[in-house]
Amino acid sequence: MKDTTYDGPILEIDKLSISFFTRLREIPAVMDFSASIMPGEALGIVGESGCGKSTVALGVMQDLGVNGRIVGGSIKFKGQDLNTMTTEELRDIRGSQIAMIYQEPMASLNPAMRIGKQLMEVPMIHEGVSEKEAYERALEVVTDVKLPDPKRMLNSFPHQLSGGQQQRIVIAMALMSKPSLLILDEPTTALDVTVEAAVVELVKDLGKKYGTSMLFISHNLGLVLETCDRICVMYSGEAVERGSIEDVFDEMQHPYTQALFRSIPLPGADKNARPLVAIPGNFPLPHERPQGCNFGPRCDYFEDGLCNEAKPIPMYPVTGNERHETRCLKFQEIDWNAPIDVGPQTEKPEPGRVVLKMDNLKKYYEVAASALFGGGNKKVVKANETLSFEAREAETLAIVGESGCGKSTFAKVLMGLETATDGQILLDNQNIEGTPIEARDTKTVSDVQMVFQNPFDTLNPSMTVGRQIIRALEIFKIGKTDEDRRQRMLELLDLVKLPRAFADRMPRQLSGGQKQRVGIARAFAGDARIVVADEPVSALDVSVQAAVTDLLMEIQREQKTTLLFISHDLSIVRYLSDRVMVMYLGHVVELGTTEQVFAPPYHPYTEALLSAVPIADTSVKKKHIVLDGDIPSAMNPPSGCPFQTRCRWKDKAGKEKCETEVPPVRVLAEGHQVKCHLPDAELANMEPVIEIPATAAE
Amino acid sequence: MGLFILRRLGVMILTALCLTFIVFWLTNLYPNLEKLAKTQGNFRMSDEQVQTYLGNRGYTQSLPVKYGQWLGVLPGYVIEGTDGETRARCEANGAPTEDTATFCGILQGEWGQSTVFKDDVSEIVSTRLGLTGKLMFWVMMVMVPGALIIGVLAGMREGSRTDRSLSTVSIVSTATPEYVSGVILIAVFATPLFGMQYFKGTATSAMDDATFNNFFLPVITIALYGMGYIARMTRASMTEVMTAQYIRTARLKGVSFPNIVIKHALRNALIAPFTVIMLQFPWLLNGVVIVETLFNYKGFGWTLVQAASNNDIELLLGVSVVSVFVVLVTQLISDIGYVFLNPRIRIS
Repeated sequence: MKDTTYDGPILEIDKLSISFFTRLREIPAVMDFSASIMPGEALGIVGESGCGKSTVALGVMQDLGVNGRIVGGSIKFKGQDLNTMTTEELRDIRGSQIAMIYQEPMASLNPAMRIGKQLMEVPMIHEGVSEKEAYERALEVVTDVKLPDPKRMLNSFPHQLSGGQQQRIVIAMALMSKPSLLILDEPTTALDVTVEAAVVELVKDLGKKYGTSMLFISHNLGLVLETCDRICVMYSGEAVERGSIEDVFDEMQHPYTQALFRSIPLPGADKNARPLVAIPGNFPLPHERPQGCNFGPRCDYFEDGLCNEAKPIPMYPVTGNERHETRCLKFQEIDWNAPIDVGPQTEKPEPGRVVLKMDNLKKYYEVAASALFGGGNKKVVKANETLSFEAREAETLAIVGESGCGKSTFAKVLMGLETATDGQILLDNQNIEGTPIEARDTKTVSDVQMVFQNPFDTLNPSMTVGRQIIRALEIFKIGKTDEDRRQRMLELLDLVKLPRAFADRMPRQLSGGQKQRVGIARAFAGDARIVVADEPVSALDVSVQAAVTDLLMEIQREQKTTLLFISHDLSIVRYLSDRVMVMYLGHVVELGTTEQVFAPPYHPYTEALLSAVPIADTSVKKKHIVLDGDIPSAMNPPSGCPFQTRCRWKDKAGKEKCETEVPPVRVLAEGHQVKCHLPDAELANMEPVIEIPATAAE
Repeated sequence: MGLFILRRLGVMILTALCLTFIVFWLTNLYPNLEKLAKTQGNFRMSDEQVQTYLGNRGYTQSLPVKYGQWLGVLPGYVIEGTDGETRARCEANGAPTEDTATFCGILQGEWGQSTVFKDDVSEIVSTRLGLTGKLMFWVMMVMVPGALIIGVLAGMREGSRTDRSLSTVSIVSTATPEYVSGVILIAVFATPLFGMQYFKGTATSAMDDATFNNFFLPVITIALYGMGYIARMTRASMTEVMTAQYIRTARLKGVSFPNIVIKHALRNALIAPFTVIMLQFPWLLNGVVIVETLFNYKGFGWTLVQAASNNDIELLLGVSVVSVFVVLVTQLISDIGYVFLNPRIRIS
């Protein structure tokens, strides 16, 4: 079946245009897109949501749904044009020669079918092998993707596996028939960072082992740097720059690529000395694209009359680099080495008095072992275990950890949505740990507010933006008359830099970043003194993230707010926080200032976490630490140290001790504490995980 | 799993007790009893005579006691009447003898006497239920596969011409109640009016010997009504499943369209309609009442109508007990079946 003699590019996309047709109009999703992938090569496509990167992938698969159609160009797979193939021919290629790995592993596995059957199906369809042979193959591939106990895996249903395991199964399914091209559509977005690191490692290894070419779609520049050989940056349906990783990362030739890199928190960025540069304006909707260059209205180098002339801009090859092209009319005039125009630098505010103090806070949940069938045995989930810390006025305390580490539970207890099992929460020396939110007075409620992760779900879709903010003001009993409150609401819109006209808009008319600003305005409506920001930017696009983060920082500086910043993204944590608290399975494993936590000695978990975060900078050298397995369930935590099941230092600290005793809190330096059994000498010998060359750190 | 069924059974028994008590109370309201006394005794009884008549036959005892006796957990009454005769509940109001049982209620299998049919209630209920069972069986045989096929065909390609026409058909059939569709079907297929007199308009002969000819119309009348509903449910669930990501996975694995529908979509799509199908059983009982009367098929529904219109208290109670039982058992089956179809519930 496989054409072994072919040695040209595996995939050759030439001037591809894809449009979606609605009743009103034709919406061009991808325009004039070209790319080629050589055998064994990995191409990364990077861009913000809505830029058409997933559409390209589905275009290659010829699976655009009822409304989508390829309106121009060609897609050649091993020299055959996919556009002209019949359904039969396509079905032959799908799954056997081109395989795809998807964003959400849970949703892409059939919930009512055993995993073994889903895997065995692939060779049975394409190669007509017997059931027994298919089973052997499945067993082999599942072993290849490093899943424990393959036989049991094949016999399970998808929901019995963790997210990371599911994604490994999806990868295994893609590799069942040894495809020549693997398309990965944001394969790790739904996973935790340490799991993501392991999956990325696996994909890279398997790619090498099977000699598979890859098309890797992601919004994460760091991830693309780690996995791919070549990169293609997309903006609003067009490829704006493409070339080898080194060329694009180090010698970028398009203003959008540059702006993108400046808006992500790379090591060296600092909220006071070198703030992020957000891309001004919004991503254009497909039917509102400007004339000429799509990026024109948001570009720093925009030249009237040239960049907005109504004619398509072709890709220009960059002289000196091989296969490096850019879609910019002015790329030769721009001084790419000009220093970053640093925004207004600010003084670091001095942290004030302690406003919030947690002392030995515990939160346990009792859950029935099985929800439907009842059953008497209850299990205790220890969501938070002896949490103690202080937060000062005008300080940013970041709480870092992967899903299930108890960071959201902690936020719930602080907000009063749950009451603590044990310990104290002192707000201005008053105990609030046992008072549920209904019983709190207005002052306490308005003092402690929250900014939520998903701005799309937290606004009432049937209320205007202004009305929602006024509602918060009414609840906090601010303003005597409606007129007062309306005035205050408009001031709040000013505060979050939204035009006052937005007061009469409905949430659906706002973009994600704008919605999050409304969420921030609502949180600050009652002059909140403590704001819990639960992953406030993780649902937003990279270019918007910077703007929202800076807004939060600015309000904090003005209002001297205490910000509790919950996140799993260590890059952004390093950028904006003063102190960092690392949590694992309900325990605080490390707490210290940002410098202390990001430099050795580390807690072994912090070390792994730091190494897992992809950094989009070719000059940064990282130590490679991959954690085995998944996070243990909080229902059934390991004995002794919570991290002992995945810790690589366990032997050095005395295995027995780690497995039996919960480590004590040790103070390493002033304000720096870790929960670990490692002897001082070992801790002192730890090497830094991330090495930033001197030039980049400036 | 065993514990789950046990608990469900407990809840079921409790529900059955409550429901039968309500029916018992309603049928034993005084005006009903008065009517009973007058039809059984004589129509010109005075109020006092009615009182003594009822008193002698244990009807004036307090409601919980009467319910207990009917259920068979309290000893049946033995009353020495004002007319000098001693009557015992367990001797069908005859004089008690040596071997008269102490308890005689539903639990002991003593369902009482029907006043209309002059026969044991248990006898009547079992034969009638058998007849209705035959009807129901054929209804299910026609309705369920028909509805599922229509639903799956309509749902596998949302918005296609097949989908739209099948959806219209199912909406029309659901929107037409049995007493309308039954009459129309009889008019079209059982009268010489349209020259299509293929079937019989009455199903009385089907009680002994059901043939396609005499049984088709009542079966299709009930089936049509439920079919549209289940088909709509199946379609909705099928369209949802067909847009799921794992269907895309299957498609991009190279699975052919018929195999996607049969192997990947069907089982997931059937989870929701399964509950609906089971919920249809109680509804079918409803339709049975109308259709059996319409086609003069002397089954369970027909008996219910007879018992109600003739104030046949014991028969009415017997019929209700069986109905309650049927409804609750189907619900139990529905829950267990749901667990079987949906592996996510089974394991957790």
